[in-house]
Amino acid sequence: MTASIKNKIKTSFTLRGIEFKNRVFVASGTFGYGDEVRKLVDVSRLGGIFTKSLSWKPRAGNPPQRIVETASGMLNSIGLANIGVHTFIEQKLPYLRKLDTRIIPNIAASSLQEYCDVLELLEEQEGIAAYEINVSCPNVKEGGLNFGTDCSMTGKITASLRKLTNKTLIIKLTPNVTHISEFARTVEAEGADAVSVINTLIGMAIDIKTRKPKLSTVTGGLSGPAIKPVALAKVYEVAKSVKIPVFGVGGIASAEDAIEFLLAGATAVQIGTMNFVDPVISVKIADGLEIYAREHGILDMGTLVGALDADLKFSVLQSWL
Amino acid sequence: MVQQLCKVESCDEVAAKTFLLRFASSEITASAQPGQFVNVLAAEAGEGPLLRRPFSIARVDGDIVELFFHAIGTGTLLLSRKRHGETIDVLGPLGQSFRVDADYDTALIVAGGIGVAPFPFLTADLLKRCKRIETFVGYRNAGQILTSHLQNIHIATDDGSKGFHGNVVQLFEPFLDRTDLGKAKIFACGPTVMLKALSELAKRKNICCEVSLEGHMACGVGLCQGCPVERTGDGSKYALVCKDGPIFLTTDIIL
Repeated sequence: MTASIKNKIKTSFTLRGIEFKNRVFVASGTFGYGDEVRKLVDVSRLGGIFTKSLSWKPRAGNPPQRIVETASGMLNSIGLANIGVHTFIEQKLPYLRKLDTRIIPNIAASSLQEYCDVLELLEEQEGIAAYEINVSCPNVKEGGLNFGTDCSMTGKITASLRKLTNKTLIIKLTPNVTHISEFARTVEAEGADAVSVINTLIGMAIDIKTRKPKLSTVTGGLSGPAIKPVALAKVYEVAKSVKIPVFGVGGIASAEDAIEFLLAGATAVQIGTMNFVDPVISVKIADGLEIYAREHGILDMGTLVGALDADLKFSVLQSWL
Repeated sequence: MVQQLCKVESCDEVAAKTFLLRFASSEITASAQPGQFVNVLAAEAGEGPLLRRPFSIARVDGDIVELFFHAIGTGTLLLSRKRHGETIDVLGPLGQSFRVDADYDTALIVAGGIGVAPFPFLTADLLKRCKRIETFVGYRNAGQILTSHLQNIHIATDDGSKGFHGNVVQLFEPFLDRTDLGKAKIFACGPTVMLKALSELAKRKNICCEVSLEGHMACGVGLCQGCPVERTGDGSKYALVCKDGPIFLTTDIIL
């Protein structure tokens, strides 16, 4: 892609006064702490890196088997295995903050206090653009999905963290609820700057020879292209019901997929599972978006956001909003 | 580590349901070490399984990388149908290699079934280092036997159709007792139950033992955290097969 084309198309957007250079990000838990594939991926092309979830203490994660491939997707039960926020600050952040992209730590916790402690410690550090709060991991016994499926608890976490930071606060929502838009409205009211939609869907796979579940935790989180239509509908639902920006995430595998999410109302997109298949896919998608913009005479990618041409009088969704 | 589209040189069935895939990559052959693996995408998006499949590097030959695999699922069946001139998407070389430079005189290679895969490459390296090599391979039956580019081969089959009638550990153990090996080191790959038996034997005989593990993994580079193996000692509870392995000292892990 030539410089002149890059200059012509506006790929950036601003959130709470912070400029993100691109609408394509890599999703939490699918890009480590940015160092595993640094030789392959030009992260300076991306809007930012959502880090692997961070808790106060390191978490060993769940026993094997943690991964099962399913039709056009995969189930995982990693169990928030992570190095803990202290090691992150000592060993990963010095490298991350030198990268020419925004760094967004994802915070996971088993108590309200732990969320606050992790965020407060990160507040003292340089080089952090925003926070993403994981209230919706399906693979840990305590906390995790229990918070994410409890609307008042999700609101309480948001309100508590809002008091602790002036930085952008993004809440990652679970689709494993009846109406995700209720949760989006709640966190918006409590001061969240954006939401990430969606985390994984709860799923399961069984080995019929042994009659045992394939995952050690029986159920896990389904991700990948299999969930894209679900994610797209959730993004649409949430974008219709709140004013804050939506990060669309769920099975995005191509620039075409990313454009669908923008049209459905996502301000930006996160690439998740497909990073495992093709570590450079996020950059390919960023390239593809610019090619699409050039071909369609689009000068600002922002004009695609929510530009869905839909006749809403047939929409079943209206009754939920 | 590189990610590239590589041209397939050939793919042939060399034993029952077992294929030898040869593809060209001077970048991979230039840096690969015995025990490392590649993560291969057999088909374009939507035309096959979503995730890559990890395979030990069986051998390098000039610019050619060789892989052995069993065609047992959708991904490996697709791969087995690759023909000369077609391409595969390869990420590699990945993981840690066998530690061949350690202090020992005799390398004892023990393989179960398709676990033979990393050993032609290791054998070539050991020959350069002038180590004595004894190779023990166990298969279900005579139809599955693969022995190319190995040295001093001892064969066991479960059904007795060739060589020793029994499993490879049963064949291997008496050899330890009756042979003067100098200082020995075991290199092994195969089913977990075999590696476990071997690991206990190595401990009893006080022989250093390195194993190549298989793991269910998505990325092969440490991003997904999907392939834990329990570690011994203090520190973190799990190591990752892809990044910390696939080669481990048996004293470092709990099989």
